Amino acid sequence: MYSLLWSILSIALVMFGAIIVAASLIFVERRLLGVWTRRYGPNRAGPFGLFQVVADMIKIFFKEDWIPPFADRPVFVMSPAVIFVTVLMSFMVVPLSPFVVASRLNVGLLFFLAMSSLGVYSIVLGGWASGSKYPLLGSIRSITQMLSYEAFMGLSVVGVVLLAGSFNLSDIVNAQKGLWFVVPQLPAFVIFLIGGVAVIHRLPFDLPEAESELVDGYHTEYSGMKFGLFFVGEYLGIVLISAMTVTLFFGGWLGPWLPPFIWFLLKTAACIVLIILFRASLPRPRIDQLLTFGWKVLLPIALLNILVTGAICLAIQ
Amino acid sequence: MYSILRTLWLVFVNIFRKPITQQYPEEKPKLPARYRGRIVLTRDPDGDERCVACNLCAAACPVDCIALEPAVREDGRRYPRFFRINFSRCIMCGMCEEACPTYAIQLTPDFEMAEQNRSNMVYEKEHLLISGPGKHPHYNFYRQAGAEMGVKKTGEGEQERRPVDLHSLLPGTIDQEELNRK
Repeated sequence: MYSLLWSILSIALVMFGAIIVAASLIFVERRLLGVWTRRYGPNRAGPFGLFQVVADMIKIFFKEDWIPPFADRPVFVMSPAVIFVTVLMSFMVVPLSPFVVASRLNVGLLFFLAMSSLGVYSIVLGGWASGSKYPLLGSIRSITQMLSYEAFMGLSVVGVVLLAGSFNLSDIVNAQKGLWFVVPQLPAFVIFLIGGVAVIHRLPFDLPEAESELVDGYHTEYSGMKFGLFFVGEYLGIVLISAMTVTLFFGGWLGPWLPPFIWFLLKTAACIVLIILFRASLPRPRIDQLLTFGWKVLLPIALLNILVTGAICLAIQ
Repeated sequence: MYSILRTLWLVFVNIFRKPITQQYPEEKPKLPARYRGRIVLTRDPDGDERCVACNLCAAACPVDCIALEPAVREDGRRYPRFFRINFSRCIMCGMCEEACPTYAIQLTPDFEMAEQNRSNMVYEKEHLLISGPGKHPHYNFYRQAGAEMGVKKTGEGEQERRPVDLHSLLPGTIDQEELNRK
Protein backbone atom coordinates (compact mmCIF):
# COMPACT_ATOMS: atom_id res chain seq x y z
CA MET A 1 0.00 0.00 0.00
CA TYR A 2 2.71 2.43 1.06
CA SER A 3 4.86 1.45 -1.88
CA LEU A 4 1.99 2.13 -4.27
CA LEU A 5 1.40 5.54 -2.67
CA TRP A 6 5.11 6.30 -2.84
CA SER A 7 5.34 5.38 -6.50
CA ILE A 8 2.31 7.55 -7.32
CA LEU A 9 3.95 10.38 -5.40
CA SER A 10 7.20 9.80 -7.28
CA ILE A 11 5.42 9.89 -10.61
CA ALA A 12 3.71 13.15 -9.68
CA LEU A 13 6.99 14.62 -8.40
CA VAL A 14 8.94 13.68 -11.53
CA MET A 15 6.21 14.85 -13.90
CA PHE A 16 5.41 18.16 -12.27
CA GLY A 17 9.07 18.76 -11.48
CA ALA A 18 9.97 18.31 -15.14
CA ILE A 19 7.11 20.51 -16.36
CA ILE A 20 7.83 23.25 -13.82
CA VAL A 21 11.53 23.27 -14.64
CA ALA A 22 10.71 23.33 -18.36
CA ALA A 23 8.29 26.22 -17.90
CA SER A 24 10.76 28.19 -15.83
CA LEU A 25 13.30 27.66 -18.61
CA ILE A 26 11.25 30.08 -20.71
CA PHE A 27 12.39 32.75 -18.27
CA VAL A 28 15.84 31.36 -17.44
CA GLU A 29 16.86 30.95 -21.06
CA ARG A 30 15.83 34.45 -22.10
CA ARG A 31 17.51 35.91 -19.06
CA LEU A 32 20.73 34.00 -19.65
CA LEU A 33 20.78 34.85 -23.35
CA GLY A 34 20.39 38.47 -22.31
CA VAL A 35 23.23 38.34 -19.83
CA TRP A 36 25.50 36.62 -22.34
CA THR A 37 24.86 39.28 -24.94
CA ARG A 38 25.37 42.03 -22.31
CA ARG A 39 21.70 42.85 -21.98
CA TYR A 40 19.35 42.26 -19.06
CA GLY A 41 16.73 40.04 -20.66
CA PRO A 42 13.15 40.16 -19.33
CA ASN A 43 13.34 42.00 -15.99
CA ARG A 44 10.12 44.01 -15.89
CA ALA A 45 7.33 41.65 -14.78
CA GLY A 46 7.60 41.00 -11.05
CA PRO A 47 10.82 40.62 -9.04
CA PHE A 48 13.75 40.03 -11.45
CA GLY A 49 11.13 39.53 -14.17
CA LEU A 50 10.10 36.19 -12.67
CA PHE A 51 6.44 36.68 -13.61
CA GLN A 52 7.46 36.71 -17.26
CA VAL A 53 6.62 33.00 -17.27
CA VAL A 54 3.08 33.79 -16.12
CA ALA A 55 2.76 36.56 -18.67
CA ASP A 56 3.93 34.26 -21.47
CA MET A 57 1.51 31.56 -20.33
CA ILE A 58 -1.44 33.95 -20.25
CA LYS A 59 -0.51 35.25 -23.67
CA ILE A 60 -0.21 31.83 -25.25
CA PHE A 61 -3.47 30.61 -23.68
CA PHE A 62 -5.44 33.54 -25.04
CA LYS A 63 -4.00 33.45 -28.52
CA GLU A 64 -6.24 32.35 -31.34
CA ASP A 65 -5.81 28.62 -31.84
CA TRP A 66 -6.04 28.58 -35.60
CA ILE A 67 -5.97 25.45 -37.75
CA PRO A 68 -5.28 26.20 -41.39
CA PRO A 69 -8.00 24.96 -43.77
CA PHE A 70 -5.42 23.05 -45.86
CA ALA A 71 -4.15 21.10 -42.85
CA ASP A 72 -4.90 17.47 -42.10
CA ARG A 73 -6.95 18.22 -39.00
CA PRO A 74 -6.71 15.13 -36.75
CA VAL A 75 -2.99 14.63 -37.34
CA PHE A 76 -2.36 18.34 -37.04
CA VAL A 77 -4.02 18.44 -33.63
CA MET A 78 -2.38 15.24 -32.43
CA SER A 79 1.25 15.86 -33.24
CA PRO A 80 2.04 18.55 -30.63
CA ALA A 81 0.75 16.17 -27.97
CA VAL A 82 3.05 13.40 -29.21
CA ILE A 83 6.28 15.25 -28.50
CA PHE A 84 5.00 16.34 -25.11
CA VAL A 85 3.94 12.83 -24.14
CA THR A 86 7.05 11.04 -25.42
CA VAL A 87 9.42 13.38 -23.63
CA LEU A 88 7.42 13.11 -20.40
CA MET A 89 7.43 9.31 -20.77
CA SER A 90 11.22 9.37 -20.97
CA PHE A 91 11.31 11.12 -17.59
CA MET A 92 9.72 8.00 -16.17
CA VAL A 93 13.07 6.19 -16.02
CA VAL A 94 15.21 9.11 -14.84
CA PRO A 95 16.22 8.57 -11.20
CA LEU A 96 16.07 11.91 -9.35
CA SER A 97 17.43 10.32 -6.18
CA PRO A 98 17.80 6.74 -4.84
CA PHE A 99 14.13 6.85 -3.80
CA VAL A 100 12.43 9.22 -6.23
CA VAL A 101 12.13 7.38 -9.52
CA ALA A 102 8.86 6.79 -11.30
CA SER A 103 9.79 3.40 -12.69
CA ARG A 104 12.85 1.19 -12.12
CA LEU A 105 12.76 -0.34 -15.57
CA ASN A 106 15.56 -2.80 -16.26
CA VAL A 107 15.66 -1.50 -19.82
CA GLY A 108 15.57 2.12 -18.69
CA LEU A 109 18.22 3.37 -21.07
CA LEU A 110 16.65 1.58 -24.04
CA PHE A 111 13.28 3.01 -23.05
CA PHE A 112 14.76 6.50 -23.11
CA LEU A 113 16.25 5.92 -26.56
CA ALA A 114 12.99 4.47 -27.85
CA MET A 115 10.96 7.37 -26.56
CA SER A 116 13.28 9.98 -28.02
CA SER A 117 12.95 8.15 -31.35
CA LEU A 118 9.16 8.28 -31.09
CA GLY A 119 9.46 12.04 -30.59
CA VAL A 120 10.48 12.30 -34.25
CA TYR A 121 6.94 11.29 -35.23
CA SER A 122 5.60 14.47 -33.70
CA ILE A 123 7.73 16.62 -35.95
CA VAL A 124 7.30 14.50 -39.06
CA LEU A 125 3.52 14.32 -38.70
CA GLY A 126 3.25 17.95 -37.67
CA GLY A 127 5.23 19.06 -40.70
CA TRP A 128 3.33 16.78 -43.05
CA ALA A 129 -0.13 17.59 -41.69
CA SER A 130 0.46 21.33 -41.94
CA GLY A 131 0.17 20.97 -45.71
CA SER A 132 2.52 23.78 -46.62
CA LYS A 133 6.07 23.88 -47.87
CA TYR A 134 8.20 25.22 -45.01
CA PRO A 135 6.86 22.81 -42.39
CA LEU A 136 7.42 19.96 -44.85
CA LEU A 137 11.01 21.02 -45.55
CA GLY A 138 11.61 21.38 -41.83
CA SER A 139 10.24 17.96 -41.06
CA ILE A 140 12.25 16.34 -43.86
CA ARG A 141 15.37 17.88 -42.41
CA SER A 142 14.43 16.78 -38.93
CA ILE A 143 14.01 13.17 -40.06
CA THR A 144 17.52 13.14 -41.50
CA GLN A 145 19.03 14.93 -38.56
CA MET A 146 17.27 13.15 -35.72
CA LEU A 147 17.52 9.65 -37.14
CA SER A 148 21.24 9.93 -37.81
CA TYR A 149 22.06 11.61 -34.51
CA GLU A 150 20.00 9.13 -32.53
CA ALA A 151 22.30 6.45 -33.91
CA PHE A 152 25.39 8.18 -32.50
CA MET A 153 23.65 8.97 -29.24
CA GLY A 154 22.65 5.32 -28.87
CA LEU A 155 26.14 4.11 -29.74
CA SER A 156 27.80 6.53 -27.34
CA VAL A 157 25.92 5.18 -24.32
CA VAL A 158 26.96 1.62 -25.08
CA GLY A 159 30.31 2.35 -23.44
CA VAL A 160 28.52 3.42 -20.28
CA VAL A 161 26.40 0.28 -20.35
CA LEU A 162 29.52 -1.84 -20.78
CA LEU A 163 31.11 -0.23 -17.72
CA ALA A 164 28.00 -0.37 -15.56
CA GLY A 165 26.82 -3.77 -16.79
CA SER A 166 23.18 -2.70 -16.71
CA PHE A 167 20.53 -0.79 -18.62
CA ASN A 168 18.88 0.23 -15.37
CA LEU A 169 19.64 3.91 -14.79
CA SER A 170 19.74 3.55 -11.00
CA ASP A 171 22.35 0.82 -11.38
CA ILE A 172 24.31 3.01 -13.79
CA VAL A 173 24.37 5.81 -11.21
CA ASN A 174 25.39 3.42 -8.45
CA ALA A 175 28.21 2.09 -10.64
CA GLN A 176 29.69 5.61 -10.69
CA LYS A 177 30.33 5.71 -6.94
CA GLY A 178 34.08 5.46 -7.39
CA LEU A 179 34.54 7.47 -10.57
CA TRP A 180 32.13 9.42 -12.73
CA PHE A 181 31.84 7.89 -16.19
CA VAL A 182 32.75 11.21 -17.76
CA VAL A 183 36.43 10.40 -17.08
CA PRO A 184 36.73 6.96 -18.70
CA GLN A 185 34.04 7.76 -21.27
CA LEU A 186 35.01 11.32 -22.26
CA PRO A 187 34.49 10.80 -26.03
CA ALA A 188 31.16 9.12 -25.32
CA PHE A 189 30.13 12.11 -23.20
CA VAL A 190 31.00 14.58 -25.96
CA ILE A 191 29.13 12.52 -28.56
CA PHE A 192 26.14 12.08 -26.27
CA LEU A 193 25.91 15.80 -25.60
CA ILE A 194 26.25 16.74 -29.27
CA GLY A 195 23.84 13.98 -30.31
CA GLY A 196 21.42 14.97 -27.57
CA VAL A 197 21.40 18.62 -28.60
CA ALA A 198 20.85 17.51 -32.20
CA VAL A 199 18.04 15.12 -31.28
CA ILE A 200 16.11 17.76 -29.35
CA HIS A 201 17.01 20.07 -32.29
CA ARG A 202 18.27 22.86 -30.10
CA LEU A 203 20.57 25.52 -31.42
CA PRO A 204 23.13 25.26 -32.95
CA PHE A 205 21.45 22.16 -34.47
CA ASP A 206 18.03 23.75 -34.96
CA LEU A 207 17.92 23.02 -38.67
CA PRO A 208 14.33 21.72 -38.56
CA GLU A 209 13.26 25.19 -37.37
CA ALA A 210 15.95 27.50 -38.74
CA GLU A 211 14.11 30.82 -38.56
CA SER A 212 16.33 32.50 -41.10
CA GLU A 213 15.60 29.99 -43.86
CA LEU A 214 12.46 27.97 -43.02
CA VAL A 215 10.34 30.65 -41.27
CA ASP A 216 9.78 28.37 -38.27
CA GLY A 217 10.19 24.92 -39.78
CA TYR A 218 7.75 22.22 -38.79
CA HIS A 219 5.66 24.44 -36.48
CA THR A 220 5.20 27.35 -38.88
CA GLU A 221 1.44 26.74 -39.14
CA TYR A 222 0.92 26.19 -35.42
CA SER A 223 -0.43 28.85 -33.11
CA GLY A 224 -1.80 29.24 -29.62
CA MET A 225 -1.49 26.39 -27.19
CA LYS A 226 -0.50 23.86 -29.88
CA PHE A 227 2.57 25.92 -30.57
CA GLY A 228 2.97 26.20 -26.81
CA LEU A 229 3.09 22.42 -26.53
CA PHE A 230 5.87 22.23 -29.12
CA PHE A 231 7.65 24.96 -27.22
CA VAL A 232 7.35 23.34 -23.81
CA GLY A 233 8.19 20.00 -25.43
CA GLU A 234 11.45 21.50 -26.64
CA TYR A 235 12.27 22.79 -23.16
CA LEU A 236 11.33 19.43 -21.68
CA GLY A 237 13.77 17.95 -24.16
CA ILE A 238 16.55 20.18 -22.82
CA VAL A 239 15.74 19.11 -19.27
CA LEU A 240 15.65 15.47 -20.35
CA ILE A 241 18.97 15.54 -22.17
CA SER A 242 20.56 17.38 -19.25
CA ALA A 243 19.14 14.90 -16.74
CA MET A 244 20.31 11.96 -18.87
CA THR A 245 23.80 13.44 -19.30
CA VAL A 246 24.03 13.88 -15.54
CA THR A 247 22.73 10.37 -14.90
CA LEU A 248 24.98 8.66 -17.40
CA PHE A 249 28.21 10.62 -17.06
CA PHE A 250 28.18 12.80 -13.93
CA GLY A 251 27.07 10.35 -11.28
CA GLY A 252 23.41 11.35 -11.10
CA TRP A 253 22.45 12.06 -7.50
CA LEU A 254 25.89 11.11 -6.12
CA GLY A 255 27.75 13.77 -4.19
CA PRO A 256 28.97 14.63 -0.71
CA TRP A 257 27.21 16.64 2.06
CA LEU A 258 24.08 17.74 0.20
CA PRO A 259 21.02 15.49 -0.14
CA PRO A 260 21.02 13.39 -3.34
CA PHE A 261 18.04 15.18 -4.87
CA ILE A 262 19.75 18.57 -4.53
CA TRP A 263 22.91 17.19 -6.15
CA PHE A 264 20.89 15.91 -9.07
CA LEU A 265 19.14 19.25 -9.42
CA LEU A 266 22.38 21.23 -9.31
CA LYS A 267 24.14 19.05 -11.88
CA THR A 268 21.13 19.12 -14.20
CA ALA A 269 20.90 22.90 -13.88
CA ALA A 270 24.58 23.24 -14.80
CA CYS A 271 24.03 21.06 -17.85
CA ILE A 272 20.95 23.08 -18.89
CA VAL A 273 23.01 26.26 -18.62
CA LEU A 274 25.67 24.68 -20.83
CA ILE A 275 23.06 23.83 -23.49
CA ILE A 276 21.75 27.40 -23.35
CA LEU A 277 25.34 28.62 -23.69
CA PHE A 278 25.56 26.60 -26.92
CA ARG A 279 22.60 28.55 -28.18
CA ALA A 280 24.09 31.87 -27.14
CA SER A 281 27.42 31.36 -28.85
CA LEU A 282 27.48 28.85 -31.69
CA PRO A 283 26.33 29.41 -35.29
CA ARG A 284 24.10 26.93 -37.09
CA PRO A 285 25.84 24.53 -39.54
CA ARG A 286 24.43 23.63 -42.95
CA ILE A 287 22.53 20.36 -43.21
CA ASP A 288 25.29 18.72 -45.25
CA GLN A 289 27.95 19.85 -42.77
CA LEU A 290 25.83 18.48 -39.97
CA LEU A 291 25.43 15.07 -41.59
CA THR A 292 29.06 14.88 -42.73
CA PHE A 293 30.19 15.67 -39.20
CA GLY A 294 27.87 13.02 -37.81
CA TRP A 295 28.68 10.15 -40.13
CA LYS A 296 32.36 10.85 -40.75
CA VAL A 297 33.47 12.04 -37.31
CA LEU A 298 31.04 11.06 -34.58
CA LEU A 299 30.23 7.58 -35.85
CA PRO A 300 33.85 6.33 -36.09
CA ILE A 301 34.67 7.85 -32.69
CA ALA A 302 31.62 6.21 -31.13
CA LEU A 303 32.48 2.81 -32.66
CA LEU A 304 36.11 3.14 -31.62
CA ASN A 305 34.99 4.03 -28.12
CA ILE A 306 32.86 0.88 -27.90
CA LEU A 307 35.74 -1.19 -29.24
CA VAL A 308 38.29 0.14 -26.74
CA THR A 309 35.90 0.06 -23.78
CA GLY A 310 34.83 -3.49 -24.61
CA ALA A 311 38.43 -4.62 -25.00
CA ILE A 312 39.46 -3.10 -21.66
CA CYS A 313 36.41 -4.60 -19.91
CA LEU A 314 37.27 -8.01 -21.33
CA ALA A 315 40.93 -7.70 -20.34
CA ILE A 316 40.00 -6.78 -16.75
CA GLN A 317 37.69 -9.79 -16.55
CA MET B 1 37.33 22.82 -32.37
CA TYR B 2 39.51 25.38 -30.60
CA SER B 3 37.48 28.24 -32.01
CA ILE B 4 34.25 26.65 -30.76
CA LEU B 5 35.59 26.32 -27.22
CA ARG B 6 37.01 29.83 -27.36
CA THR B 7 33.64 31.20 -28.50
CA LEU B 8 31.88 29.39 -25.68
CA TRP B 9 34.33 30.84 -23.16
CA LEU B 10 34.17 34.40 -24.51
CA VAL B 11 30.38 34.38 -24.44
CA PHE B 12 30.32 32.84 -20.98
CA VAL B 13 32.64 35.51 -19.58
CA ASN B 14 29.99 38.13 -20.38
CA ILE B 15 28.17 36.95 -17.25
CA PHE B 16 30.72 38.90 -15.20
CA ARG B 17 30.45 42.08 -17.23
CA LYS B 18 27.95 44.84 -16.72
CA PRO B 19 25.18 44.96 -19.32
CA ILE B 20 25.32 47.95 -21.63
CA THR B 21 21.55 48.34 -21.60
CA GLN B 22 20.22 51.61 -20.22
CA GLN B 23 17.19 50.89 -18.02
CA TYR B 24 15.33 53.77 -19.60
CA PRO B 25 12.39 54.86 -17.45
CA GLU B 26 14.39 54.51 -14.23
CA GLU B 27 17.73 55.49 -15.70
CA LYS B 28 17.41 58.62 -17.79
CA PRO B 29 19.72 58.93 -20.77
CA LYS B 30 22.36 61.67 -20.59
CA LEU B 31 21.61 63.74 -23.66
CA PRO B 32 23.91 66.47 -24.97
CA ALA B 33 22.74 70.09 -24.70
CA ARG B 34 22.38 70.34 -28.47
CA TYR B 35 20.11 67.28 -28.71
CA ARG B 36 17.13 68.02 -30.95
CA GLY B 37 14.03 67.42 -28.87
CA ARG B 38 11.01 69.46 -27.75
CA ILE B 39 10.96 72.98 -29.22
CA VAL B 40 10.74 76.02 -26.92
CA LEU B 41 10.43 79.77 -27.39
CA THR B 42 12.95 81.66 -25.29
CA ARG B 43 13.08 85.13 -23.76
CA ASP B 44 15.94 87.58 -23.90
CA PRO B 45 17.91 88.39 -20.71
CA ASP B 46 15.48 91.24 -19.91
CA GLY B 47 12.51 88.87 -19.90
CA ASP B 48 10.91 89.97 -23.16
CA GLU B 49 9.94 87.50 -25.84
CA ARG B 50 12.74 87.06 -28.33
CA CYS B 51 10.45 86.11 -31.18
CA VAL B 52 9.89 88.91 -33.65
CA ALA B 53 7.36 86.93 -35.70
CA CYS B 54 9.47 87.07 -38.85
CA ASN B 55 8.00 83.76 -40.08
CA LEU B 56 11.42 82.43 -41.10
CA CYS B 57 10.99 79.31 -38.95
CA ALA B 58 7.64 78.56 -40.52
CA ALA B 59 9.18 79.04 -43.95
CA ALA B 60 12.14 76.80 -43.13
CA CYS B 61 10.02 74.03 -41.62
CA PRO B 62 10.02 71.10 -44.07
CA VAL B 63 6.81 69.62 -42.66
CA ASP B 64 4.96 72.90 -42.16
CA CYS B 65 4.25 72.28 -38.50
CA ILE B 66 4.77 75.90 -37.33
CA ALA B 67 2.00 78.47 -37.56
CA LEU B 68 2.20 82.05 -36.25
CA GLU B 69 0.75 85.48 -36.78
CA PRO B 70 2.76 88.68 -36.28
CA ALA B 71 1.53 91.65 -34.27
CA VAL B 72 3.09 94.94 -33.11
CA ARG B 73 3.26 96.13 -29.53
CA GLU B 74 2.57 99.78 -28.54
CA ASP B 75 6.31 100.43 -28.34
CA GLY B 76 6.69 99.23 -31.91
CA ARG B 77 8.25 95.88 -31.11
CA ARG B 78 6.99 92.89 -33.10
CA TYR B 79 5.74 89.75 -31.43
CA PRO B 80 3.68 86.70 -32.47
CA ARG B 81 -0.03 87.01 -31.60
CA PHE B 82 -0.19 83.23 -31.59
CA PHE B 83 2.54 80.69 -32.10
CA ARG B 84 1.54 77.10 -32.69
CA ILE B 85 3.68 74.02 -33.26
CA ASN B 86 2.03 70.76 -34.23
CA PHE B 87 4.35 68.17 -32.67
CA SER B 88 2.51 65.30 -34.28
CA ARG B 89 4.04 66.56 -37.50
CA CYS B 90 7.34 67.93 -36.22
CA ILE B 91 10.36 65.83 -37.22
CA MET B 92 12.78 67.57 -34.83
CA CYS B 93 15.07 68.54 -37.70
CA GLY B 94 16.17 71.83 -36.14
CA MET B 95 15.74 73.86 -39.34
CA CYS B 96 13.64 76.40 -37.43
CA GLU B 97 16.40 76.93 -34.92
CA GLU B 98 18.90 77.47 -37.71
CA ALA B 99 16.62 79.90 -39.48
CA CYS B 100 15.76 81.97 -36.42
CA PRO B 101 17.56 85.35 -36.48
CA THR B 102 16.88 86.11 -32.82
CA TYR B 103 17.68 82.75 -31.16
CA ALA B 104 14.05 82.69 -30.07
CA ILE B 105 13.11 79.18 -31.21
CA GLN B 106 15.34 76.47 -29.78
CA LEU B 107 15.33 72.71 -29.52
CA THR B 108 15.85 71.13 -26.11
CA PRO B 109 17.03 67.65 -24.99
CA ASP B 110 13.53 66.71 -23.82
CA PHE B 111 11.94 63.96 -25.89
CA GLU B 112 9.27 62.58 -23.55
CA MET B 113 6.27 64.08 -25.30
CA ALA B 114 3.95 61.09 -25.67
CA GLU B 115 0.24 61.88 -25.44
CA GLN B 116 -2.90 59.77 -25.31
CA ASN B 117 -4.80 62.28 -27.39
CA ARG B 118 -3.47 63.44 -30.72
CA SER B 119 -4.86 66.95 -30.32
CA ASN B 120 -2.71 67.40 -27.23
CA MET B 121 0.32 67.30 -29.49
CA VAL B 122 -0.48 70.81 -30.73
CA TYR B 123 1.44 73.23 -28.50
CA GLU B 124 0.28 76.84 -28.24
CA LYS B 125 2.48 79.80 -27.37
CA GLU B 126 1.88 79.48 -23.61
CA HIS B 127 3.14 75.90 -23.76
CA LEU B 128 6.18 76.79 -25.83
CA LEU B 129 7.32 79.96 -24.10
CA ILE B 130 9.86 79.43 -21.33
CA SER B 131 11.04 82.01 -18.79
CA GLY B 132 14.76 81.90 -19.59
CA PRO B 133 17.09 82.63 -22.47
CA GLY B 134 17.93 79.00 -23.31
CA LYS B 135 21.21 78.24 -25.05
CA HIS B 136 22.32 81.87 -25.56
CA PRO B 137 22.04 83.43 -22.12
CA HIS B 138 23.36 86.96 -22.91
CA TYR B 139 22.00 87.46 -26.37
CA ASN B 140 19.51 90.21 -26.96
CA PHE B 141 18.52 90.75 -30.55
CA TYR B 142 17.70 94.44 -30.01
CA ARG B 143 21.08 95.16 -28.45
CA GLN B 144 22.82 94.12 -31.64
CA ALA B 145 23.44 96.52 -34.49
CA GLY B 146 20.25 97.92 -35.87
CA ALA B 147 17.44 100.38 -35.59
CA GLU B 148 16.40 101.94 -32.32
CA MET B 149 13.61 100.02 -30.60
CA GLY B 150 13.79 101.53 -27.12
CA VAL B 151 16.35 99.03 -25.83
CA LYS B 152 19.53 100.76 -26.96
CA LYS B 153 20.32 104.00 -28.69
CA THR B 154 21.50 104.00 -32.25
CA GLY B 155 25.22 103.30 -32.36
CA GLU B 156 25.39 101.87 -28.87
CA GLY B 157 24.63 98.26 -29.75
CA GLU B 158 27.06 95.40 -29.64
CA GLN B 159 29.29 95.21 -32.69
CA GLU B 160 27.98 98.58 -33.79
CA ARG B 161 29.81 101.82 -34.53
CA ARG B 162 28.40 105.22 -33.83
CA PRO B 163 26.88 106.68 -36.97
CA VAL B 164 29.19 108.96 -38.90
CA ASP B 165 28.41 112.63 -38.26
CA LEU B 166 27.87 113.82 -41.82
CA HIS B 167 27.97 117.46 -40.77
CA SER B 168 31.44 117.29 -39.34
CA LEU B 169 34.66 117.43 -41.34
CA LEU B 170 36.82 116.22 -38.51
CA PRO B 171 38.20 112.66 -38.61
CA GLY B 172 37.79 112.39 -34.84
CA THR B 173 34.10 111.69 -35.06
CA ILE B 174 34.83 108.00 -34.47
CA ASP B 175 35.42 107.66 -30.77
CA GLN B 176 38.55 105.53 -30.65
CA GLU B 177 38.10 104.79 -26.98
CA GLU B 178 34.59 103.52 -27.48
CA LEU B 179 35.65 101.27 -30.33
CA ASN B 180 38.30 99.70 -28.18
CA ARG B 181 35.76 99.03 -25.50
CA LYS B 182 33.57 97.02 -27.82
